[in-house]
Amino acid sequence: MIEIIDLTKRYGKFTALDSLNLTIEKGSVFGFVGQNGAGKSTTFSILATLLAPTSGSAYVNGYDVQKDPKLVRKQIGYMPDFFGVYDQLKADEYLHFYGASYGIPFAEREKLIPQLLDLVNLSHKRESYVDLLSRGMKQRLCLARCLIHDPEVLILDEPASGLDPRARVEMREILKELKSMGKTILISSHILPELAEMCDTIGIIDQGKLVAQGSVADIQSQLRGERLIFVKVHGNPENAISFFEDDPNIFKLSLQEDGVSFQFIYKGTAEEQTELLKRAILNNLAITSFAEAETDLEDVFMEITKGVELT
Amino acid sequence: MKNLVVNPVLNKEFKLRFRSFKSYLGVLFYLLALGLIIVGFIFIESLSNNMQGFFKPEQSRTMFMVLSILQLGLILFITPGLTAGVISSERERQTLNILLTTTQSSSSIILSKLISSISYLILLIAASLPLYSFVFLFGGISPGQLLTTMGFYLFTIVVYGSIGVLFSTLIRKTIVSMVTTYGVTLFLAGGTAFLALIFMQLTNAYGYTGTQPTNPLAYFPAMLNPVIILMSTFEPEMTNEITRSTGIEFPLWMSYLISYTLIFIGAVLLSIKKLRPNMKKR
Repeated sequence: MIEIIDLTKRYGKFTALDSLNLTIEKGSVFGFVGQNGAGKSTTFSILATLLAPTSGSAYVNGYDVQKDPKLVRKQIGYMPDFFGVYDQLKADEYLHFYGASYGIPFAEREKLIPQLLDLVNLSHKRESYVDLLSRGMKQRLCLARCLIHDPEVLILDEPASGLDPRARVEMREILKELKSMGKTILISSHILPELAEMCDTIGIIDQGKLVAQGSVADIQSQLRGERLIFVKVHGNPENAISFFEDDPNIFKLSLQEDGVSFQFIYKGTAEEQTELLKRAILNNLAITSFAEAETDLEDVFMEITKGVELT
Repeated sequence: MKNLVVNPVLNKEFKLRFRSFKSYLGVLFYLLALGLIIVGFIFIESLSNNMQGFFKPEQSRTMFMVLSILQLGLILFITPGLTAGVISSERERQTLNILLTTTQSSSSIILSKLISSISYLILLIAASLPLYSFVFLFGGISPGQLLTTMGFYLFTIVVYGSIGVLFSTLIRKTIVSMVTTYGVTLFLAGGTAFLALIFMQLTNAYGYTGTQPTNPLAYFPAMLNPVIILMSTFEPEMTNEITRSTGIEFPLWMSYLISYTLIFIGAVLLSIKKLRPNMKKR
């Protein structure tokens, strides 16, 4: 369990965190969304005992990060957004080193490391030098490193950043596995759908303040009012454009450069959207594609910051 | 044997350092440099003895002194390079944050880093020991003198190493840390000798005729200078001259030991304190 009470961090006149309050229940997965400089990494650094707050308190499993930093370190597995690896060290030596740093005996590490490498699909890279691994493999190895002392809480700062789509999917699968193991996970990302699939709760942070917090459904409901839809037709799009333009829920319709696709903002409900597509088909419009644009951080952010605050 | 209780940072540092081919090249070039100097010295001295091609035991003593001073110079040159980046380079490589979130104590990390970096220097010195056998071959030096010199090296390396680790902890950039450490080393190894010399000259220049003038000022830079201390172990007359000039009877080497021990303790404690942020509530 993580509890953050009125946490503030100032660097001179700049306020990185402004009275942040947050509670993450044991065994839950909390997604932290925010732009660069919003305060995500500052929060994570304080929880990882790497940064002292200006005021306020933070507790990990009941241990105060300021009063009991050593006990907090035992509770957490921390993965920073940017991290390096040691040259000339093999994957299993890398894990041995961190295992030993947590005081895990050699014999126990020998049993543990193959299991961890298996969990992150790196068993075949056990003897490989860490600096020669791909970015995705390093991320996974770092995740295995976070788990070496079996922490109850995982603090993962943008674990999927810089990964190719395949590596992202692999990372997501590993995190799902960790969730099923009952770990409390605090994870940050810029991409909402990525978090939506695995998080129980999402918090949106802006300029050091938590502007929204709630379940994924709560956050997504905030967006339901407005969606960007792409439509592609076969042949001349004029009929289709005039059909969609007549709908009162459609705004800002614009034809794309290819001449056969167009996009618009839709403000109707999900049911109304279904009806719209049904009517379009019944009107014999040669629609080859009707897709809703993926909701990214910017969309959520635009909505949340101008909408009702969720708590 | 594998599961011997070894400090993880120390273990890892040893592994990384001695797995690198550069370390072996370093030892090779270090020994080559020393070896060339010894052979060159013997060659020149042999030629200077009326071209008769022999080498006297007194010359062997001079060779030992030259070798020891040279080795001290090399040590003072290499130590900052090995220690002034131990923490800052981890910070630059973005591995320090992860290390600091482990349960290892700050003192364990700092001391392991210090020991691992100076152990390479100790290896260099140990590897150079066979070269000293040249000196014994010709006589003129007692084993005790050799041991004293080696002990002096070890002590000096540890202290200068701790200064490097301190700046590496305090300064974020390795290059700035290196420059600062080299600056401090240069001051302690060269600047203090220069100051001691100036103070002694001033004392002699402004002294009353007929009496031995004394000025304690020269004692303090002299006690901080490793070259003066090493020289004074070879030439006791040098110590006597400083005592006459400064009027301070307290042994210079003792002051060196005390002041450098204090520097070491201060540097290590400050490094330990500054490695992690002060989490105490204000």
